[in-house]
Amino acid sequence: MPALKRIFSCVLAVGALFGVTVSAQPTQSNTVSISAAFEFTSLDPSKNGFVYSRMQVLETLLDANESGLLMPALADRWDVSDDAKTWSFHLRDGVRFHDGRLMDADSVVNSLAIAQVKHGALRNAPIESIRALDKSTVVIRLSRPYTLLGAVLANYANGILSPDAYGKDGEVLALSATGPYQLYQFAPPHKLVVEKFEGYWGKKASIPYASYLTGHRAESRVLQARSGQVDIVFGLDPASLPSLKRLPNLALYSNAIPRTIVLKLNSGHRFLNDVRARQALSLAINRQGIAKGILRVPGSETEQLLPASMSNWHLNNVTNETEATAGTAESLLASLGWKKNAKGILEKEGEEFHLTMMTYADRPELTTVATAIQAQWQAIGVSTKVEVTNSSAIPMGHQDGSLEVALISRNYGFIADPLGVMLSDFGVHGGGDWGAMNWNNKAITADLTVLEETSNPVKYKATAQRSAQIIFAERPMIPVSFYVQQTSVNKRVKGFRFDPFERSYFLNEMEFVKP
Amino acid sequence: MKAMLLKRALQLVTVVWGVGTLTFILMRSLPGDMAYRIAASRYGQDNVNAQAAALVREELNLDQGAFAAYWQWLVDLLQFKLGHSLVSGLPVADAIQHMLGHSVLLALAGLLVSVLIAVPLGLLSAWRGNPLDSVLMGLSSLIRAMPVFVLGVLFILLFALHWNWFPVAGFGTPAHLVLPALTLALSLAAVSNRVVRDSAKQVFRAAFYQFSRVKGLSAWQTFRRHGARNIAVPVVAFFGIQLVSMIEGIVMIESLFSWPGIGHGLAHAIFARDIPVIQGAALVMGVLFVALNTLVDMLCLWIDPRGVREA
Repeated sequence: MPALKRIFSCVLAVGALFGVTVSAQPTQSNTVSISAAFEFTSLDPSKNGFVYSRMQVLETLLDANESGLLMPALADRWDVSDDAKTWSFHLRDGVRFHDGRLMDADSVVNSLAIAQVKHGALRNAPIESIRALDKSTVVIRLSRPYTLLGAVLANYANGILSPDAYGKDGEVLALSATGPYQLYQFAPPHKLVVEKFEGYWGKKASIPYASYLTGHRAESRVLQARSGQVDIVFGLDPASLPSLKRLPNLALYSNAIPRTIVLKLNSGHRFLNDVRARQALSLAINRQGIAKGILRVPGSETEQLLPASMSNWHLNNVTNETEATAGTAESLLASLGWKKNAKGILEKEGEEFHLTMMTYADRPELTTVATAIQAQWQAIGVSTKVEVTNSSAIPMGHQDGSLEVALISRNYGFIADPLGVMLSDFGVHGGGDWGAMNWNNKAITADLTVLEETSNPVKYKATAQRSAQIIFAERPMIPVSFYVQQTSVNKRVKGFRFDPFERSYFLNEMEFVKP
Repeated sequence: MKAMLLKRALQLVTVVWGVGTLTFILMRSLPGDMAYRIAASRYGQDNVNAQAAALVREELNLDQGAFAAYWQWLVDLLQFKLGHSLVSGLPVADAIQHMLGHSVLLALAGLLVSVLIAVPLGLLSAWRGNPLDSVLMGLSSLIRAMPVFVLGVLFILLFALHWNWFPVAGFGTPAHLVLPALTLALSLAAVSNRVVRDSAKQVFRAAFYQFSRVKGLSAWQTFRRHGARNIAVPVVAFFGIQLVSMIEGIVMIESLFSWPGIGHGLAHAIFARDIPVIQGAALVMGVLFVALNTLVDMLCLWIDPRGVREA
């Protein structure tokens, strides 16, 4: 009898082992597959944290909801002292890292201290000290009030990892974080597979695996969606939408994201240092034509930087007719002394109005939009050379002063509060690498400094509105169009929702529809 | 044979040093600030600024002189160290193993299928002549005129979308290999079937071949004894060249099918100014090319030992 029992146990053990082996493999039926355009190369959150945050491996102390309001995450509540210089974060109980270790204040301090010396918004925050008050409280002391701290801590670069995840120099050796999914396969720069984490503190995932595949070409991604071999495809080419809409197995989503196609101008350039010249260039752009004909998203055209969802900064009184009150492009340029020569190009004191516009191919729509603007400016007599280069040439051109015009795609939701980007783009130095250039406006410098320290929402909105109005009137940047993220979701997956701040794919809320 | 191998070993050392040095000089002479390029690839387009570039410059000691950097590379190379990627921080050897492994797999699979297509078609074309020869000529020209990218999309439409037999893109299972390999194979076979046909036609017309028929051998016996080897020499040499050029030249296929090969990886490394990856990849590819050429030469010598003296 004992022998029989032993055999039976062995059979059971082997069966269980076999069962585990079989189920512990990602297959099409137990994996939700995602395809998007961006590659990842490193485990370090400061470099490629966006992908780990979206795949729900990485979590931060605070989260942001779809309106950009801060929400509890690894800290379930936080207090700010009366002088707004001491922030206390009370950590959630029972949070485990993927390596099994319990999260405590020391591990959070360790992660933040490492993030602070790496590239990211935390490095620029006026932090005096980050320390653990007790096992579950982290206190951050600031040298001056800084309302952005919460939004900065919600950025993926400041994700909390287990102390064992780091090497001795702070390099990330393993991605032991706290999310509902943990790393299963890491094959940079194309493939990432994550596996459900049973020890998750919040809503546990129902789908066992999720995979992320970099699909460089929009054509391939569309075909992946059509074939049903990939469940969720981000960044679809708008031209393919009508044919995808006809497929019964796909649901399509169009969501506005706080990203804007915008022209960065060198306001110190001799042709552009008068606001009338900048207004004329803005008036000459047929935004509706670009939105409809090139981006194929009618209605995405914009005269201002930030969308209506960022209500503090969005100007309700601005329409496409508002700027036309200044005059026409031709009359504004004529008032500056520019006259068309025999070639149809504007000329003043023997010099032709010629500009070089830089752009980059990381986002293919930029090059097409650049050539459309080139033609539209040509019509008013401004000759433009379009130079397609690496995106790094833009901050470099800003720094060495050689940049004249650049067509860029600016993400204002990079930090949940757009003030972070506004400060770096229009802050104390008269602009920033991706913002205004050689444009100094004392009123906006003062306003942005006030905003950094203001926690009163009424005062905040009034100040932000004034800043937005100055930027619109002065045109140091010329907005062209907002971005709309086009996504297809296979109907075998339910529970999809889109995060406009692109922080999470909400994989743990998804389920497979039972056949 | 020994002399040839010795010569090739010497060639290998020259290639390793030459390729590495040339890559170094070319990368250093490219326009633009390296620190900004690396920062853009490390932190993404939204997150690159002067501060990121300064951080990269300091961390990687980019301000050190070119000669010092070159000397360091040479010293590391002598110790078989390929270093770490400037972008990801991961060991170059691992990145190359991942990328080159996938490229070689794809290239070999593509070549094998192309041989299976090109050899029978080329021989048939030479043997039967017109109208089959003209039809194949037309087809080959059509496929060659078509960018390989279009061919890939056509295959995806047919095999992945219409019949749903194979995945559209990705890697990791044998099924993922089929469409990129087939695309590659067809574009290669479009040229190589003509090479097989020309070689076969030349042999079929040769006096020794005609004589063997006259002396009473059957068509099959003639082909086996006097045809196959003679046809094979230029064909094998051509396939060798194709394999070499394929490993570096399948960027479009890799991109279309999201295949993590060296062509695509190298292109990205160049954009990012990731010099250790570029040098490492160029180096390994240089070694691979010498090895492949040696292999092809050995194969040709084995097929036609008359070439021994020239080698």
